[in-house]
This record gives sequence, C-alpha cells and structure tokens, in this order.
Amino acid sequence: MGTFWRFLRSPAFAPWLITAGLLLVWEAYCRLLDVSPFVLPAPTTIAHSMVRFWPAIWINAEQTLFTTVAGFALAVGFGLALGVAIGASPWLYQALYPLLIGFNAIPKVALVPVLIVWVGIGTIPAIITAFSISFFPIVVNVATGVATVEPELRDVLRSLGARQRDILVKVAIPRSLPYFFASLKIAITLAFVGSVISETVAANRGIGYLMVKDAGENVPRMFAALILVAVLAVVMYGVAALVERRFTHWATRGVDQAGGTTGF
Amino acid sequence: MAGQAAAQATASPFVDIADVALTYGGAAAKGGGTLALEHCTLGVGKGEFVAVVGPSGCGKSTLLKLVSGLHPPSAGRVAVDGEAVTRPLKIVGMAFQNPIMLPWRTTLANVLLPLEIVEPHRSRFRRERAAYAERARRLLATVNLAGFEERFPWQLSGGMQQRASLCRALIHEPELLLLDEPFAALDAFTREELWDVLQALWLERRFTCVLVTHDLREAVYLADRVVVISNRPGRVVMEQAVGLPRPRRLANAWDRDFVDLVHVLRDKISEVRQAA
Repeated sequence: MGTFWRFLRSPAFAPWLITAGLLLVWEAYCRLLDVSPFVLPAPTTIAHSMVRFWPAIWINAEQTLFTTVAGFALAVGFGLALGVAIGASPWLYQALYPLLIGFNAIPKVALVPVLIVWVGIGTIPAIITAFSISFFPIVVNVATGVATVEPELRDVLRSLGARQRDILVKVAIPRSLPYFFASLKIAITLAFVGSVISETVAANRGIGYLMVKDAGENVPRMFAALILVAVLAVVMYGVAALVERRFTHWATRGVDQAGGTTGF
Repeated sequence: MAGQAAAQATASPFVDIADVALTYGGAAAKGGGTLALEHCTLGVGKGEFVAVVGPSGCGKSTLLKLVSGLHPPSAGRVAVDGEAVTRPLKIVGMAFQNPIMLPWRTTLANVLLPLEIVEPHRSRFRRERAAYAERARRLLATVNLAGFEERFPWQLSGGMQQRASLCRALIHEPELLLLDEPFAALDAFTREELWDVLQALWLERRFTCVLVTHDLREAVYLADRVVVISNRPGRVVMEQAVGLPRPRRLANAWDRDFVDLVHVLRDKISEVRQAA
C-alpha cells in the first residue's frame, strides 16, 4: 500500500493524474449542463466515435503522420546543415538571420495557397508546410550551440594547429547536440501543426481534411481526430526525448539525481 | 640553477618579447581601443619557469596570447626559439583558470584530444591509439588520477579537473607551457597540492613555463624568476630571481627567505597600484 501510494504521488504518475482529472471535469460539465454533442461532445462520446470510426480516422491519421515525419526529417537535415553553417560563420549569421526571422514570421497558412499554385494539393504541400514551420527552431538552436564554444577552448585548439573543421568536428558539433535535441522536441510538435494546416486547405486525405469535412456533420469524430493528433504528437515528442537522453546523457547530468531527491 | 637559466636568458632568450605593444579593438592612432601592453620587454630562457604577477587588468593574460601567437602584437616583436611568432605555435601547451574539459568525453579521451589535432601525432593517432592511451594513463597517474580515466570530467572535483587539464596541456610534450591563473578557482589546500603536482611535472620534464598568477606565494613557490607588470598599459617594472633550492616544500613556505621574497613583490605591486 505504501509503495502504491508513493507511486500515485510521484512525478511519473502526475501527467496521468492530471489528464484523467481534466477528462473527468470535461465529462461532468457535458453531462450536468447537457451540452449538445454538436458543440462539445463528452470524452465518452468522443471515445465511442473513435472506436466506431477507427478505420476512417486511422487512414487519415496515417497520412498526417507520414507527411509530418517526412517534413520533420527534411527540417532536421536542413536545419542541422544550416545551423552548423550559420553558427560557424559570423558572416553567414549576419547575412541570413534577418531573412530567417522574416520567413519564420510569415503565417504558414498563408503559404499553403502559394503551394497549391506551385505543386497542387495533397501530400507534397503538407510535407513542405510541415518542413517550413519546423526547421527554424532547429537552425537557431544548432547555431547557438556551435557559436558559443568557450573562447579558451578555441585558443587551446588553435594553439595546437587546429583548423576550423577540427574545432567544428571535435568540439562545436558535439557541444551543440543538447541544443539540437531540445529543438527536435519543439520541431516535431510544430511539424504536426504544419501538416494539419495544409490538409485543412489543400488535401483529400489527412486529419486536417477529415476535421474540415466533419465540422458541420460529425463533430464527435472531428474531436476524435483532434485528440488522435494530440496523442501522436505526444508519442513523437516522447521518442525525441528518448533519443535526447540516449545521446546527451552528459548534458542532463545531475538532473536524474535531482529528480531522485525531490521525488518522495 | 636559476642563475644558469638567467644566463641563458641574456644570451638568446627562448621566449623573446621585445618592446611590444598591444591595442585591443582598433589602432591607438585612431584614438579608439584599449592599450593593454606598451614597451613590454621580457625574455624567458629555455627550461626556465617564469611567473608573471601584477594588478588585475594589467595585461598578464594578453602576454600569453602574444607568446602563443593567438594574437599578433600591434608593435614590437615576439619570437620563440629564434623565430618570430606570426601564427599560433604548435609547441605550446595551455591551461586556464577554467579547466574547460569536454563533458561528452571521458577524462582519458579529454587528455588525448591534443594528439588528435597536433602533428605528427594526428596522422598516427588511429594506428597507435593504444600506445597513446597508455601514455595518457601514465601522465594521469603522475598527477594522482589513476583510476579516474574512464570517469567523465563532471564526475571529478574541481582540483581533479584542473589536474586533468594540466595533463591535456602536456600530453603532446610541448616545449612551452603557458598557464593563465590555473589554480585561481581552487580552495587553498587543493591549490597548494597542485603547486607540488606542477613542480614535480616541471622537475621531471623541464619544459619552459610561463605562469600568470595573482597569488604571490604561488609565484615564489614555483618560479625561477618572478616578473611584475605595471598597471595598464602593462610593462615589466621588476624582475625578481627566486634562488630557493628545489624541490621546494610547503613546509618551507613560511621560512624567512620565502616570506621576504613575497613581501618584496607585494610592496612593488602596491607601489604600482598607487601609481594608477
């Protein structure tokens, strides 16, 4: 009983506790005030709809998952390369930063009509939108990691005859990895936003498409699709966090111990 | 011994800083920039241990950048081993107040880092990794870090990290070791312990060493000669030979002649600070 009680109060269980509580309040609100399922369906109604329409939802979710991961993968490759380049060269940094910030400020919804003109509708614009919304945090984070190598360490290496490439490979890139992995967690959730945005306007398949289609007629299924996107994003975030822990355990040193002492 | 080194220094100093000036941030002629050093002249003999002391901000660290070739002088000439320094030297080892070990590498891999970069080790490194690792282990053992090779730097104490940092500075057997307040961040006991570690390394290997410090006891304990630099713009205002026999012992660090030397330096620095 003691260990079970301790588990219930532990930080590991906290997200489940809070999520369950939220669903409970939601359910109670819908039932007590008799809210119409066309305005806000109760969690049980959504769950029921999720099971009932699972094949249709999953076909669309698969599409969204695919475009998101593809756009995200492109963002990782492009973001890494550009981030290292910008971080290593102050000239490039100065030259490209205003452009990057400007591009990032453009609402990606506004980009979709342009993409329709250029590449039509469907998978490609969704991938491009996911890519264009998620590469920015990767670029900025990697550039920061690369650019902030300790000057003394740079001196040590240069006094050994190190070339710029040596400093990049031996120090700058490894030390930017924690920044990189931190940005992946942001980028993967943004990629979902990008692909769903594109699908609402320019697709015949995908969660975004399904939601627009269901908006007037099948609201519980719309919510089911919405929640599935959220769940997928949390899962992908978890994968990114796992990869981060695996590769940069040295950067989160002390966090584990700290968690151990503050947890009861 | 110190006399012999000094004699060498007058003949043809291994490190020869002649009437050097250095301005940071633009030419002095334009009125901008900070004049860090001016008319600075200093010779260091081969195998000599020189400590540089002075008020803070007087350009002590700048001096090391000049000698290592990381920064060119604005005026004057810097030569090492008879050749003018025009780019970073490769016969140099450096250590700083911050040990800046790479946290993703083990202590052993950190110590090996210079060998992956400096020639001729660089091209041999892959083939002879085992031999190099053995060399690094032996060096770590001489500073009492045997058994910590596979630990990560952040698992070591500050003093241990600084010892590993010394090993990294020495692994490629540099002829010239430049130390910029390497023990300043350590507690008094660890600092004194590391004086002995450094002294033992120097007595064994006899590299030329320039130690920048603001700890006068540290300077007297370790150096053959202590150089006092004036307030900015820095220039050499005093050179004090330290004739104490080696190896020096902490037990003797409160002896009359030791303390007298510290006082002489202290008085000079007070005088220099007043002048500002």
